[in-house]
Amino acid sequence: MSLPRPLARSLVTVRRTPFFIDLGVAACALALFFAIVSTGVYWFQKPIPVVPISSSIGALHLYAFYSIVRMAIAYFLSLAFAISYGYIAAYNPRIEPWMVAVLDILQSIPVLSFLPPVVLAMVSLIPGHQLGIEMSVILLIFTGQVWNLAFSFYSSLKTIPKEMLEAASVFRYSGWQRFWQLEMPFSAIGLVWNSIVSVAGGWFALIFCETFTMGARNFQLPGLGSYIQTATNNGDVHALLAGIATVILIVVATDQLVWRPLIAWSDKFKFEQVESAEHVTSPVLELLRRSKILETLPGRVWNRVEEPVYRRLAKSKECRVVRPLEEAKSAKVSPALWAVAVAGGLAVCWAAAQAAFMLRTITWPDLRLLLEGAAATFLRVNAALLLSALWTIPVGVAIGLNPRLARVVQPLAQIMASVPATAFFPILLIGLVKIGGGLGIGSIALMLLGTQWYILFNVIAGAMSIPSDLREVCTVCRFTRWQKWTRLILPGIFPYLITGMVTASGGAWNASVMAEYSHVQGHTLSTIGLGAQIDAATDSGRFAMLLLATIFISLMVVTMNRLVWRRLYRLAETRFKLEG
Amino acid sequence: MQETATPNATLEAPPAADAIIRAEKIEKYYAQPSQNRIQVISATDLSIVPGEILALLGPSGSGKSTMLRMLTGLSAPTAGQVYWHGTPISQAEINVSIVFQSFALFPWLTVLENVEAPLQARGVAPAERRERSMKMLDVVGLDGFEAAYPKELSGGMRQRVGFARALVVEPEVLFMDEPFSALDVLTAENLRSELLELWANKTMPTKAVFLVTHNIEEAVLLADRIIVLGRNPGHIRTDFPVKLAQPRDRKSEAFTQLVDYIYKVLTQPDVSPAEAPGQVTEPRLRDQRQMRYQMLPHARPGGIAGLLELLIDRGGRDDMYRLAEDLAFEIDDLLPIVDAAQMLGFLKVEEGDAAITTSGEEFANSEILRQKELFRNAAVENVLLLRQIRRALDAKSDHTVPEDFFMDMLGEQFSEEESQRQLETAVTWGRYAEIFDFDSARRRFVLPDALEEEIAPREEAK
Repeated sequence: MSLPRPLARSLVTVRRTPFFIDLGVAACALALFFAIVSTGVYWFQKPIPVVPISSSIGALHLYAFYSIVRMAIAYFLSLAFAISYGYIAAYNPRIEPWMVAVLDILQSIPVLSFLPPVVLAMVSLIPGHQLGIEMSVILLIFTGQVWNLAFSFYSSLKTIPKEMLEAASVFRYSGWQRFWQLEMPFSAIGLVWNSIVSVAGGWFALIFCETFTMGARNFQLPGLGSYIQTATNNGDVHALLAGIATVILIVVATDQLVWRPLIAWSDKFKFEQVESAEHVTSPVLELLRRSKILETLPGRVWNRVEEPVYRRLAKSKECRVVRPLEEAKSAKVSPALWAVAVAGGLAVCWAAAQAAFMLRTITWPDLRLLLEGAAATFLRVNAALLLSALWTIPVGVAIGLNPRLARVVQPLAQIMASVPATAFFPILLIGLVKIGGGLGIGSIALMLLGTQWYILFNVIAGAMSIPSDLREVCTVCRFTRWQKWTRLILPGIFPYLITGMVTASGGAWNASVMAEYSHVQGHTLSTIGLGAQIDAATDSGRFAMLLLATIFISLMVVTMNRLVWRRLYRLAETRFKLEG
Repeated sequence: MQETATPNATLEAPPAADAIIRAEKIEKYYAQPSQNRIQVISATDLSIVPGEILALLGPSGSGKSTMLRMLTGLSAPTAGQVYWHGTPISQAEINVSIVFQSFALFPWLTVLENVEAPLQARGVAPAERRERSMKMLDVVGLDGFEAAYPKELSGGMRQRVGFARALVVEPEVLFMDEPFSALDVLTAENLRSELLELWANKTMPTKAVFLVTHNIEEAVLLADRIIVLGRNPGHIRTDFPVKLAQPRDRKSEAFTQLVDYIYKVLTQPDVSPAEAPGQVTEPRLRDQRQMRYQMLPHARPGGIAGLLELLIDRGGRDDMYRLAEDLAFEIDDLLPIVDAAQMLGFLKVEEGDAAITTSGEEFANSEILRQKELFRNAAVENVLLLRQIRRALDAKSDHTVPEDFFMDMLGEQFSEEESQRQLETAVTWGRYAEIFDFDSARRRFVLPDALEEEIAPREEAK
């Protein structure tokens, strides 16, 4: 099998926490929203100059550079934060359930709906509006990426075999040595694969964020997203195509120059006893490995840094005494910590109450509108999922059962999954305007564009994982086509299909925020939907509506995850697991 | 429970003050989610003294590994204290190593880096680190392999890396947690004799070796002193020196006598062990608490039938040691089967011999359906848990009972993990004997389909 892991957002599945924790987390989210909005409102009245975006092809490389820098900063921030978050959660049993609950909820909330208040808050906090917008965009991409990574790191830490931890402990490893020699290597593969998904999501959000407008105010940032948007508005087809081509080029280049080498390199961290026969290969990595300087220099530099650290740490108490592994649980909480916790809790309650109080301006017609929107968006997201599944299952299975084809198509699907659908949206819109179709279909098309590749990728992986002897049984027993599908293929790909659908559904909800409402060439296109409500509320500065719509969307996503996806996931892990 | 184990186990043992590691009344409890705690090890005294290889032997579930972890400071005892040269172990700078059953090597580090890592933790300079590691790799016979990754090596070679890593820090006590049980027979034999050679030649600076094993022969072959643990909760059943000269001959009379003796101790958990042959050990007695549930041995019905058939071929009676040897079984493989057959009344253990009973003979000679019937009768009669499950199913109107119901009842007596295993075994037996079935999707016990159909019309008639 060419790929050991499915391409997927991690999903918190095995967890039993009391209800009050979820409630607490929800209160925190409300409080946060309130804090952001109230900082934002101060600034709301001030005018803001618009950054003119050129649509000349000559400026494209500069815009691409800006976008990449934003992306890179957000990614490294997320990585650093995710690692610290996962580490703290895994080693502090007292706050662990809280931190995991936060992860669980935040990674299912569509971050894009937080964009307006975050922009306002950052702009008001940071003098010099340009920097403020920059920061808010980075912050938003960061929040979109980080939970996935954090959960991956956390669950890796939790699955380190006990004997490895014991070995580290009995040989008196310092925390530093344990981190570099055990914890990081053990979680490397998970981090790489989750980074691919995260960065793809990041591009999707970035393109959208760069073109953000709010009522008459324009928060555009120079970047690929705004370039494409401007080109669309000007009807400049050449510039538009050039912009899209650049986005695709960047995605392909990232895949070839960063992800492939990383996947191939991280192969050595696979926790296996026997060497597996097949490996991912990367010509770029081979090239790098041939370089003499790269072979010795980093090692030497690293040694310079590392040796003094080890020498110093060896004298510390931590390295002289073997500590019991389960010790952390019996630590006592100091009264000061309690006081801080209580004060924090009160502050959160107050702010959450304020946020809830904000909702008083909501009228019954508003509520009806929101409920209708919620139903429409719900149907749309699931229609998109269903449509993707309908075409990807037969195609994916056909590809997966043909190993030679699969080897070519699967990496392609992975790249396609990384191309931000938002880049194609303007073209789609122009097309829709021309043929007179509504945004109702257009938004489903956009969701499809972004999500189907995850399902395709995972279905291919699933079909490849069906053992050939089981397929031979089908042939020998002369199964009809129907029997073959219901008895072997569908159960065989089920776990992979679910993984793909979960990831796709997260993407689709996020896409709904931007897909249902759009300005194009001076028109405002919109359809009934929660996403449209969010955007409309943003345009008119109605934060109460924005808040309620966000709450609705989050509730729906979280409920769907709990009631449907998690159950299917469990089923996939127990009944439909193909044990090798 | 206090009288179960007292120190000064052997007359020759030096006074406890000389002990490198001394455990005083250590106990271990595991907290259960349901508030009650399960005792895994009852108050135990134990010391590791210089100059001996000490083997800790016991059936699975007797807390061997827990004991090792408490003695190395990896796990804190719930009560009692472990001392390292007289200082509590949590404050002492102890110098021990562990060789793990699963090797626990870091797959992303080369052989050399794996061996160097513990030295790095102690702040040894790179040049010296390399030199000492290379020397140790040489000692265990791995020179030339330093650049290889563990996954490129065979199991035996990997365990050699494990030994090199453990020895490179020159530990005072070398702990080994079933170090040979993941290896094939020949490799294990080879490594054992090399270990003895290193020990005898004083090539390794280690002062004492502590070996956890479930292989009786291995213990008798290597150890200067053997401690046999019993289970529920873990306690010392017997502790005696092995005074056979090295190298030991497996075929010798004294060797087989000792092995037989240990078999006898292990197969009769309720009888206080007699003296070890040729030993002057105080036999220790332990009052077995009255258990509500017997501990179901994790054996499959097919295995029981197989053993009984084998016994019939041998005239209905055979020495257990010979049986294990001929089957190439380790004690942990054979004991559950013997226990199970004994529990069902198919077999009796006398003097280290397994003897088939009349019902056992009938069972072994019957065809499959009859076998199931005999098994069913014996199981319902002798095994409380199976009987209870069946009664509960019969009593309920929908003839299903959730697994959790029995988990809770077992949880009073066993750890959660063990309760789960008990239920798994119960399901295997129940399914085989068609006493009940288990719906794993809903995690519920149900009546077998055939019975369900039988009962349904009757109830409709009512």
